Amino acid sequence: MSPDWTSLNRATPDWTSLDRVPRRPSPDSALRIAWVYPDLLSTYGDRGNLLVLAYRAALRGLAVEAVEVRSDHAVPIDADIYLLGGGEDGPQALAARRLAADGGLASAVNRGATVFAVCAGYQLLGRSFFAKGQKCGGLGLLDLESDRGPSRAVGELAGEVHAALGLPTLTGFENHGGRTHLGPDVRPLATVSAGVGNDGLCEGAWQGSVLGTYSHGPALSRNPALADLLLCWATGRPALDPVDDTWPEQLRAERLAAVHLAAH
Amino acid sequence: MRTTLAAAVTRGVAALSRIAGRGDGSVIGGRVGMMIDPALLTHLAGGRRMALVSGTNGKTTTTRLTAAALGVLGPVATNSYGANMPAGHTTALARAGDTPYGVLEVDEHYLGRVLDETGAEVVALLNLSRDQLDRAKEVAMMAQLWRDALQGRAITIVANADDPLVTFAAAGHPRVTWVGAGQRWYDDSWVCPECGGAIKRADADGAGEPQIAGGGGAPDADWRCTGCDLCRPSPQWTITGDSVVDPTGGRHQVLLELPGRVNRANAATALAVAAHFGVSPADALPRLAEVASVAGRYARVQRDGRAVRLLLAKNPAGWLEAFDMADDAPTLLAVNARGPDGLDTSWLFDVDFSPLRGRRVLITGDRAHDLAVRLSVNGVPFEHVPGLRAAVATVPPGQLEIIANYTAFQDIRTELNRVT
Ligand SMILES: [Zn+2]
Repeated sequence: MSPDWTSLNRATPDWTSLDRVPRRPSPDSALRIAWVYPDLLSTYGDRGNLLVLAYRAALRGLAVEAVEVRSDHAVPIDADIYLLGGGEDGPQALAARRLAADGGLASAVNRGATVFAVCAGYQLLGRSFFAKGQKCGGLGLLDLESDRGPSRAVGELAGEVHAALGLPTLTGFENHGGRTHLGPDVRPLATVSAGVGNDGLCEGAWQGSVLGTYSHGPALSRNPALADLLLCWATGRPALDPVDDTWPEQLRAERLAAVHLAAH
Repeated sequence: MRTTLAAAVTRGVAALSRIAGRGDGSVIGGRVGMMIDPALLTHLAGGRRMALVSGTNGKTTTTRLTAAALGVLGPVATNSYGANMPAGHTTALARAGDTPYGVLEVDEHYLGRVLDETGAEVVALLNLSRDQLDRAKEVAMMAQLWRDALQGRAITIVANADDPLVTFAAAGHPRVTWVGAGQRWYDDSWVCPECGGAIKRADADGAGEPQIAGGGGAPDADWRCTGCDLCRPSPQWTITGDSVVDPTGGRHQVLLELPGRVNRANAATALAVAAHFGVSPADALPRLAEVASVAGRYARVQRDGRAVRLLLAKNPAGWLEAFDMADDAPTLLAVNARGPDGLDTSWLFDVDFSPLRGRRVLITGDRAHDLAVRLSVNGVPFEHVPGLRAAVATVPPGQLEIIANYTAFQDIRTELNRVT
């Protein structure tokens, strides 16, 4: 079954709302994905994570409602999956302040919603991060702190994913100047075998159903199993029907070969 | 004396570089000349009436069209190789010798400096959007740089009323000629550069709510900021179907060799610049119609019974424009991620490829697998082929459109025997 993007696009604004109450109640079965603050947290291709999740959900016959939440709107508390993208220092700090004041994301996490954040979005889920040389308070939804590294990490990123998640090798592209130090309440997403990630040793973090990574942009396009894990978390399903992943697998094999790793 | 020597050396070094097979020599020639005479560009521009063209996309083509239009009046110096920084400008003017007119394509970052050095009297501003090396925030900063660079200058600005960032850059200036040149790419101008408020477009779904799947909408939709007075200026030059309407209401059919609405818009901008110099659209249009290819773009090349046309798309906005330019025919998409392209292919998810649905789509290039995943998610069926030769063999006799990013374009262009 091929998802019909046009109809998803048309359906989108119906759920979009300035307040926390949807204008039109949606069917209970629809999976709600909220892209948080694309006006502040969006660099290259961050929309891709939303598109990949919606595509893979649609392949399983799951209806999807997607919404972009601008930073001057309240964050809806009733979404199933929240996505946060990358961004420059100034917008990152502003996004953290607005999200803290809004409180919607923290409420959603408290009731068990799934969060997937990349790069700057990942950092601001921690306790603190540095932007424009200043230490900034984060949301504290992940037990970690970020500071500045000696150099910018730009290039392919790969690593073996934490065994508890049951996923194949992580592959992505990183472009960040931060270094992230994990506290006792989070677990690393992966052990780094190429690139830098958090600190050259481990990469990303997860705690409950909140997961962050330095693999920026459309990270899920290279990691379909991670996309499916997020969908499982959000829907409560133990597993999803297999789909034809010929092209993502070829892409993974190519990118992992580029850093001298074998796909498995 | 120094200028004469510097200009001669510029031409000589550029020629030597060309003979040595090191590109077209524009940059190295200009650099050496400017070492001898630091004010060489100013001296070479002196005595010419100059126009500049800048923007993220379309500046090479619009420069070419503008030079063609001014050709009605006499010889025109121009940097037709796309060498669009001061060294390239210097070489272009040195090579041209004495000409009464000059039209230069200018890299966005150099607009202020080149205005200073050339004393240009008209500047055409086409559009601003993200490129492989500039993020969206930096695009807004570029609009501010332009605004600062234009302030207080006794020049005429020809500006695209459909691009909020261009409008912001030009709006405060006393002499602006607005062109409804269109904008397909919305994603770098949802936020007002003036006040940070939301920009609403008349045609966006849900009365201005951002579209989820990326890309743009009607190219000349009305727009306004919800937080301040910034809004679409009423353009003096507009495009209706295959015609351009001038400020007097005169309607001119624009018949171009170059494809797409985007190029009719580039033609409208060229006509507006030419009008400032006293060239009427009626006189200019036959000259525009003669432009068949620009630096290897657009030209049709016959290959094994297929008419192959090569289009360049360097950034997400450029891809949307290429979809508009390409005919409804089998289409080869070629994507690399080498140095000049940027090593990161994330931008593929900023482009909505759905306009290609219904066409036969072939893909190739170093990063064809990234493109394959993107197209799958986008619901666009495709076939992966090893390269140009296989693509030509795969499609039936007739047209083959090719859209490629920078190094993929250069590779295919070389394979097509350096069409010019
Ligand atoms: Zn405004």
